[in-house]
Amino acid sequence: MEVSRHWRLNQQRYALVGEVCPNCGVKLFPPRDVCLECEAPAKELYTFTGLGEVYSYTTIYDPPAGFEHNAPYMVALVKLEEGPLVTAQLTDVDFNDVQIGMPVEMVTRKLRADGEQGMIIYGYKFRPAVTAVI
Amino acid sequence: MNVSIIGLGQTDVREHWDASLRHLAWYAIEAAMDDAHYNQIDAIYVGNMLAGQLSNQNHLGALVADFAGLRGAEALTVEAADASGGAALRQAVLAVQSGMVETALVVGVEKMTDESGSVIPAALATALDADYEAAHGQTLSGAAALLMRRYMHENGLSLSDFAGFSVNAHANAMANPRAMFRNKLRPEAFAAAPMTAEPVSLFDEAPVGDGAAAVIITASDRAADMVARPVRIAASALTTDTLSLHDRRELLWLNAAESSARRAYEQAGVSPADIDVFELHDSFTILAALALEACGFAERGQGWQLARDGEIGRGGRIPVSTFGGLKARGNPSGATGLYQIVEVAQQVRGMAGDCQVAGARIGMAQNLGGMGATAVTHILRSDE
Ligand SMILES: [Zn+2]
Repeated sequence: MEVSRHWRLNQQRYALVGEVCPNCGVKLFPPRDVCLECEAPAKELYTFTGLGEVYSYTTIYDPPAGFEHNAPYMVALVKLEEGPLVTAQLTDVDFNDVQIGMPVEMVTRKLRADGEQGMIIYGYKFRPAVTAVI
Repeated sequence: MNVSIIGLGQTDVREHWDASLRHLAWYAIEAAMDDAHYNQIDAIYVGNMLAGQLSNQNHLGALVADFAGLRGAEALTVEAADASGGAALRQAVLAVQSGMVETALVVGVEKMTDESGSVIPAALATALDADYEAAHGQTLSGAAALLMRRYMHENGLSLSDFAGFSVNAHANAMANPRAMFRNKLRPEAFAAAPMTAEPVSLFDEAPVGDGAAAVIITASDRAADMVARPVRIAASALTTDTLSLHDRRELLWLNAAESSARRAYEQAGVSPADIDVFELHDSFTILAALALEACGFAERGQGWQLARDGEIGRGGRIPVSTFGGLKARGNPSGATGLYQIVEVAQQVRGMAGDCQVAGARIGMAQNLGGMGATAVTHILRSDE
């Protein structure tokens, strides 16, 4: 895999950097430069808190190439507290404990490793929320 | 619309260990030419999704034109994930309707079984967002599972509430000699099937297979003089939705399925009540349920009830998957949209054999790409 393809996503993978629409105020992740709601230009960066809840989830038993060693693993739609849904793996959790509405928080984990000598790709996953609300 | 189908061809859907991509395409083309008694083709549209990844072969327009004895013809590939076949027909319809192309050949072809294991889900996942879905290990089955889990949650359903779709598909495939799975499926077996992406199981998702299907189309006034029973393309519409599920405004509403169906109804001057047979995109049962809702056959959250109540069977209110659908006929991705067209054309011609829906005059085919990011809807009717 090409390094640049992953490098240019570092801000998103490590810090959930998306965008906010200056016209209607909607927060966007992934960033897309044109607002999903009002089609205005939306290039102002916004860093998401990484807090949210499980909106839907699945357990993958038939993995694609590159993910064989992780299977079975859970992929979820997480509804971020700012609004958008994000597709990400769930981690540090017993499969049986996951349910819709469960509070989760973003962590950085290994997404995949391409072979023995290959590069390791890190990025966001979500785990049950442990951050205390003060 | 002034476009009619004059020839139909298809191969079996199965593992064709003895046939390459080009041979599969040719078998379907040859059958369509035989059916039309005509082989003067001006343009070729090839629907394909995976040849570049699974067969190291792109440039299928030239490959197919060359191999089918049509050197020199205008020819190209149309790609829209598993809606490639329907999208290819749409392009051919535009060309013939415009008058720029007199006779067009549309062939959907997919060769999938030369590869196996994790290569296949990885290839199919290219229908999703590479950076924000597939990079996280998401698969097509996984995306369908996210839809299905949420749909079950909102409507208070269990897995067995979806069994009717697969049971119907298998029952219909028993009458289709081209189908991949011609065995009866019991509802108990559906609920007990091994999971691929929970709650999506092996009996919930359509199997991959090799296959090709083809149609030849020309202007309707010509068609009437060429064949005994041309089939009119009464409507053709392609629309798109967000590529990823996470960007949908309403997760459980297939916007493109709805908008392409609405345009098609308007073009044909019909309503859902006029549709005698509906080949929908049942790559997963949840997509069948959501397509029935989006196309106006059921209220939101109630598409699954049509399967429970037997309304989708051959004698029901809206027969679907009448030759087995993607689930039991098999799903050769980029060819699937053309299988749907061939099947609906056979239905409205009254030549569907044991799969015939009695008195079918108007049929609809809807081909979805990925989780409905592309939706292509065609309405066919018998040309009087
Ligand atoms: Zn906006």
